[in-house]
Amino acid sequence: MNILTGNPAKIDRAEAARYAGYRGDGYDVKLFDECEKIILPALSLKACYAVFPVARGDGLDLGFTRTHSRDLEKNLSGCSRVALFVATAGAGVDRLIAGYSAVSPVRALIIGAMGSAAIESWCDEVNAVITRTYGATKPRFSCGYGDFPLETQRDIFRAMLPEKTLGVTLSEGLVMSPVKSVTAIVGIKDEPD
Amino acid sequence: MNLIEKLKAGAVLLDGAMGTCLEGGGLPAGSPPELYNSLKPEEVEKIHRGYVDAGCDVVCANTFGINPFRYADCEQMIAKAVGIALRAADGKAAVALDVGPTGKLLRPIGDLPFEDAVNCFKRVISAGVSAGAELIFIETINDLYELKAALLAAKESCNLPVFASCAFGADGKLTTGASPEAVVALAEGLGADAVGLNCSLAPSQMTETVKKLYACASVPVIAKPNAGLPQIADGKTVYDVDSQTFCKDMLQLLKAGARCVGGCCGTDASFISGLKKLLKGFTPLPVAQRDKTTVCSYTHALEIGDYPVLIGERINPTGKKRLKQAIQEGDFAYILGEAAEQAEKGVHALDVNVGVAGVDEKKILTEVVAAVQAVTDLPLQIDTSDPAAMDAAMRIYNGKPLVNSVNGKKSSMRAVFPLVKKYGGAAIALTLDENGVPPTAEGRIKIAKRILREAKKYGLKKSDIVFDTLATAVAAEGGSATAALDSLRYIRGRMGANVSLGVSNISFGLPDRDAVTAAFLTMALSHGLSAAIVNPYSDRVMGAYKSFMALSGKDKNCMEYIDFASRDAQPREAPPAAHTGAEGLKRSITRGLKEDAARLSAELCSTLSAQEVIEAHIVPALDEVGAAFESKKIFLPQLLISAEAASAAFDAVKPYIKRVGTGKKLKIVLATVRGDVHDIGKNIVKTMLANYGFAVIDLGKDVPPEKIVRAAAETGAGLVGLSALMTTTVGAMESTVKLIKKQLPHCKCIVGGAVITAEYAAEIGADAYGKDAMQTVRYAESIEKLL
Repeated sequence: MNILTGNPAKIDRAEAARYAGYRGDGYDVKLFDECEKIILPALSLKACYAVFPVARGDGLDLGFTRTHSRDLEKNLSGCSRVALFVATAGAGVDRLIAGYSAVSPVRALIIGAMGSAAIESWCDEVNAVITRTYGATKPRFSCGYGDFPLETQRDIFRAMLPEKTLGVTLSEGLVMSPVKSVTAIVGIKDEPD
Repeated sequence: MNLIEKLKAGAVLLDGAMGTCLEGGGLPAGSPPELYNSLKPEEVEKIHRGYVDAGCDVVCANTFGINPFRYADCEQMIAKAVGIALRAADGKAAVALDVGPTGKLLRPIGDLPFEDAVNCFKRVISAGVSAGAELIFIETINDLYELKAALLAAKESCNLPVFASCAFGADGKLTTGASPEAVVALAEGLGADAVGLNCSLAPSQMTETVKKLYACASVPVIAKPNAGLPQIADGKTVYDVDSQTFCKDMLQLLKAGARCVGGCCGTDASFISGLKKLLKGFTPLPVAQRDKTTVCSYTHALEIGDYPVLIGERINPTGKKRLKQAIQEGDFAYILGEAAEQAEKGVHALDVNVGVAGVDEKKILTEVVAAVQAVTDLPLQIDTSDPAAMDAAMRIYNGKPLVNSVNGKKSSMRAVFPLVKKYGGAAIALTLDENGVPPTAEGRIKIAKRILREAKKYGLKKSDIVFDTLATAVAAEGGSATAALDSLRYIRGRMGANVSLGVSNISFGLPDRDAVTAAFLTMALSHGLSAAIVNPYSDRVMGAYKSFMALSGKDKNCMEYIDFASRDAQPREAPPAAHTGAEGLKRSITRGLKEDAARLSAELCSTLSAQEVIEAHIVPALDEVGAAFESKKIFLPQLLISAEAASAAFDAVKPYIKRVGTGKKLKIVLATVRGDVHDIGKNIVKTMLANYGFAVIDLGKDVPPEKIVRAAAETGAGLVGLSALMTTTVGAMESTVKLIKKQLPHCKCIVGGAVITAEYAAEIGADAYGKDAMQTVRYAESIEKLL
């Protein structure tokens, strides 16, 4: 198991604007300045990952789970190993969203959108670390994509124990807290590009 | 010698890892170590015995992952695990019940209610106690609130010693942001016998945090690090610090103040043997009584002492009509706005008082405390004279609370002191008694001494009390300021206790009150005042404080004063003439200028009725923005900015509304369905509906169907709006709609959310599909017309 921490320097504003519901290029720059100043110190980027072998037969055996997902199988063609990661932007964002929901819904919306942009960029970084370490990788794949069931989250949590290392938990309804958290499988290609 | 005596005498040696040792012995990675208590009890016992043979004083039973959320038969599993540990310890070491985190995150971030967490821990702890555990070892906690739940559960279920150990990150904080000082304040307040950190880090990464813990702790400090960081080699997890390096670095932790030491993940008996050698002849730093008055929020501690602190007084309805109304109507947005604004002004803590005749104070106070904690990380002062409300609020408060207040009356001390002892708070003690407020300093000092004597009977210390020598209207009684100040100086100087004053009262009944209040604050500060309850919106009062801090040398280089003075000097732009009156109001709403909207609508109320301002100006402006949103000329954030400005305008108009209940007849219940914790969308809908004058009852997120139906029935709601964002929770939406249709056939139902479509809405029997907030408003208006 490897643990990574990130240092958020800025928010991808175009991405955040898209999440917030803006269409086209425009967004309220002053509002974005203000919200970015609020969210940056509250972000706590952490991730953990581990590598598992892939066995094929009756479906896929990834070590931490077995699945019959065809979409994942397709994604993992040419891979005999996968990296499994859990990444989070931290609980601070949840607090900000909860707090601003009461006093300024628009800030809650923008901060939420910036949190989504932050966790996506952080996943890109984590993914890049994995790619650098293991050579070429496939696009990351998460539970709920295509026919890959969301229930697999339970297996991922059992294997990675992110409650302990990252403070990320899973509810009965398979919701992760903090809300800006992602789990993903990254196929490691046998033949580098 | 029992464990507590051992702790007093010197260092205590804890054990090493269980889970990673079992993995080394064949337990597949990712499978729960507690299962081996049944599958391979001999393996578990062997590992325990290894630690006992290495000389440890405490072995932790293999119970870390066992709790009722994971296992229905958790009691039997715990009994079995403790039994194995007792066998292995064989009287040579104390057996601890190892209590790990629930694995769920508490509200408001997660979905676990605080009392459910307490009850979960209670089941675990009671089972451990029955099985013969001699110590409760709460460990690897990374949320201060969860630590509070666990400690409270321990206190309410047994008399065993309790150790509290948290998983601090490399940044020196818990994942939910708590500092070492906050952890110590909370844990000591709740009676922990030792406090510290374990897991996550190598010994060398823990030095700073151990130093910080030691510097503020009055109980022994625990350090139980990992053998470095886990690495995967040949498909197996290995840790990168060997036992020699581990012990070498542990010596630094011992020198930094650790007294209970052991190992976490990756350590084994060889590490513990090494530590045993290290401890031979080693004398740990003494456990010092800090005697500081410290309270904390969920992130940081606040010391009340030589550095005077400010407590914001604005969340107290006495003499504040608008706040009274907000409390009666459950208008949390207004209350939270006050919280956020006071925090912005730079106070160190906030007083929270919701005492209004006719409200259920226990219920409202706990709700407001929880809501305010969602907006600000400032410590709160729970202000109530109702012991039941104080009890409930102290319990759910995320941190160690300050309570306001107790006084010299026997009945008051009997009610409040047990609560302060139980929940670990600090109490403001008013120097008055059955005979009222003594006019002289002598009388007040006498009461203070009596209060202190009585507090000690409840096991409280001087540092748990902050005296309030009572600032009362100097206009009514000439000597009141001198009496307050003289007793303040005596209590600070001679008794060595802290003193707080609600300074604003001093000027009651006088013109230009701020001048008098500011002067009194300066006088009190120079007499040694530890805390002042103030109105942070008064620049004169804040200026007096900032000046005092600069003049007394507490504000080094006058940086804070300069910051304060320059913030105040920012020029305010005068609005152009075209931006006034009704036109200006419309413009301020469409452009989302909150302050202008509030100011202009209040101004219009001098010539128009409130009703007219709303119907002829605010709503049409909002409608224009709504139409622009519907035709995609503007987007959601812009709609919300306008909605906020309209809210501010409504708020400003509210005091001018004569009869209550103007506006719409339709009441609307909103909720995010069970299992779903996303509520941004629902909150947006709420904002818009409220702006259009509908009475909205917001039940929050993760709401069970029964609760929604009950709320709709009780309030006579004609419409229920449901939100779901996840594919996994649309099932909950369907069952909620079904239940509503069955039990309240006349109540309409509108559903929305990212995963909901119009087709799906029809399929599950909803009356309408709300594509967005505006569509929901339009639907609500169509129902309103039928009423």
